Amino acid sequence: MPFKLEFQTDSRITETLKERHTDHMVLNMGPQHPSTHGVLRLVLELDGEEIVNVIPDIGYLHRGMEKLAEVKGYHRFIPFTDRLDYLAPMSNNTGVVLAVEKLIGVEVPPRAQYLRVILCELARISSHLLWLGTSALDIGAMSVFMYTFRERETIYDIFEEVCGARFTVSYMRVGGVSVDVPPHFAAMTRAFIDDFGKKIDEYEALLTNNKIWRMRTEGIGVISAERAIEYGMTGPCLRGSGVDVDLRRDNPYLVYDELDFDIPLGENGDTFDRYLVRVEEMRQSRRIIRQALEKLPDGPIKVDDNKISFPERATIEHSMEAVIHHFLLASEGVKAPPGEVYMPIEAPKGELGFYVVGDGTAYPKRLRIRSPSFVNLSALPEMCRGHMIADVVAIIGTIDLVLGDCDR
Amino acid sequence: MSFSIVSDPVTIFQEKLGSLFTDAVMQFQEYRGELTLTVRPERIIELCQALREHPDLRFDLLSDLTAVDHLQDRKAGDPRYHVVYHLFSTHTKKRIRLKAPVDGETPEIDSVTPVWRGADWHERECYDMFGIVFRGHPDLRRILMPEDWVGYPLRKDYPVTGEETYDYINKQLADE
Repeated sequence: MPFKLEFQTDSRITETLKERHTDHMVLNMGPQHPSTHGVLRLVLELDGEEIVNVIPDIGYLHRGMEKLAEVKGYHRFIPFTDRLDYLAPMSNNTGVVLAVEKLIGVEVPPRAQYLRVILCELARISSHLLWLGTSALDIGAMSVFMYTFRERETIYDIFEEVCGARFTVSYMRVGGVSVDVPPHFAAMTRAFIDDFGKKIDEYEALLTNNKIWRMRTEGIGVISAERAIEYGMTGPCLRGSGVDVDLRRDNPYLVYDELDFDIPLGENGDTFDRYLVRVEEMRQSRRIIRQALEKLPDGPIKVDDNKISFPERATIEHSMEAVIHHFLLASEGVKAPPGEVYMPIEAPKGELGFYVVGDGTAYPKRLRIRSPSFVNLSALPEMCRGHMIADVVAIIGTIDLVLGDCDR
Repeated sequence: MSFSIVSDPVTIFQEKLGSLFTDAVMQFQEYRGELTLTVRPERIIELCQALREHPDLRFDLLSDLTAVDHLQDRKAGDPRYHVVYHLFSTHTKKRIRLKAPVDGETPEIDSVTPVWRGADWHERECYDMFGIVFRGHPDLRRILMPEDWVGYPLRKDYPVTGEETYDYINKQLADE
């Protein structure tokens, strides 16, 4: 029997091609392709070099997080969220603990709220830096990558000082944060953001008026405001099309309503506009962090309710009650009342929502993760049609997707 | 921390939607500042269309679509699943949650893809995880699990770990 090389292509595409008797070519891209940022597989239907249709195939990184949440419980689920959008674990931690806190009906002390804001914005900068570096690298601008990774390193140094971990931080807790920040945290963060303004100008000097960059990004992956809304896109992808939605302002959570910041908007909804939006967002995050550092109050970092957060270490030595609380929290975990809440936050990639249905125990009946990458990716076929293969790489970059977030 | 959704929801929605509200909405409740409408599943498209098109409501963005399995704690006669829709308005910035009860071994409900294009992948995921069939969906295939997967992982009777999982899958295969 002669050897036949079989490609696993999407049966639907090949069948429709057969029916239509076209000479379109089906090309499999990924799941191991350097520009797909993880394990995304695209089945491309091509007419020459032109994209006729794209069928994304996802699920290669599916770990059943939502099912695991039902057996792990609220507290033990926090480290799992680090692995959702692993470029901004601080945001994911914040999202899940805010949802549980909303269900319980507890508000954390101001210091913890400010710390969460600062760390979420640092996570936003770090996520945008990685996006900028890698998407420029995909299009062929090598050097930006080296610069952005230099700054990203500083942010990870700050995270390491704060909680001991650089990447998977698991810093947030239901009822506050795990430990207070070290004394040199403010100075370290301020030094970073003072310096960072110049660094953003540097990236812009390399890209914004670079003729090749503009040719590769302007008019590529255009999505109109109406279409973006229809697809449910959120975050910079939606604002790039000129839709003025930012949950930090529109559904304020934490202390964002006490801080002053602008929301950059694009006009054309193309790759270049989304680039400008994200670069400006980094500047705005810098503003937010500066104000939050100034306003950062002293005080407790977690709620004073031993049913929700652990009692102080010192009290355990002389208080039986504290020992019991500690034991119950460590063995059973935080209990949430029956009810349901949906808590959306503005993560770097868009609306990250946690829909939690509680049943009175320490385990959620249902914990749904509404991840921005999943929804934004569903608009990819529409954005790719009529472009060249090389543009697919630029469009994947501009959606800024993380497959850990998409597949959950 | 909490954000308001709609002040005095009942009157506003009754005024705007008129008889549709009385017909399609079975029950409404507010919890932690969030409004939930429990709706008749057969009226879901109509209601979504009205919520989206009405000039004063304009819930134009489907934020999320999922389901909840109430297998273990439902009362006798109550439906097993709720299909849950989270809507958001980019104009008024309000949110609302719709819940549609469905039941049966292969629960069915109309697809809202004609209303929001973005419902496509959400409904595929919901089908993949709960086995809820969305009538009128253009391309209802599994999305996260492999195409030949047996069973629906997020159903409450689907085991999480250990040999139970294999027993469950073998039983499902034998049933087919």
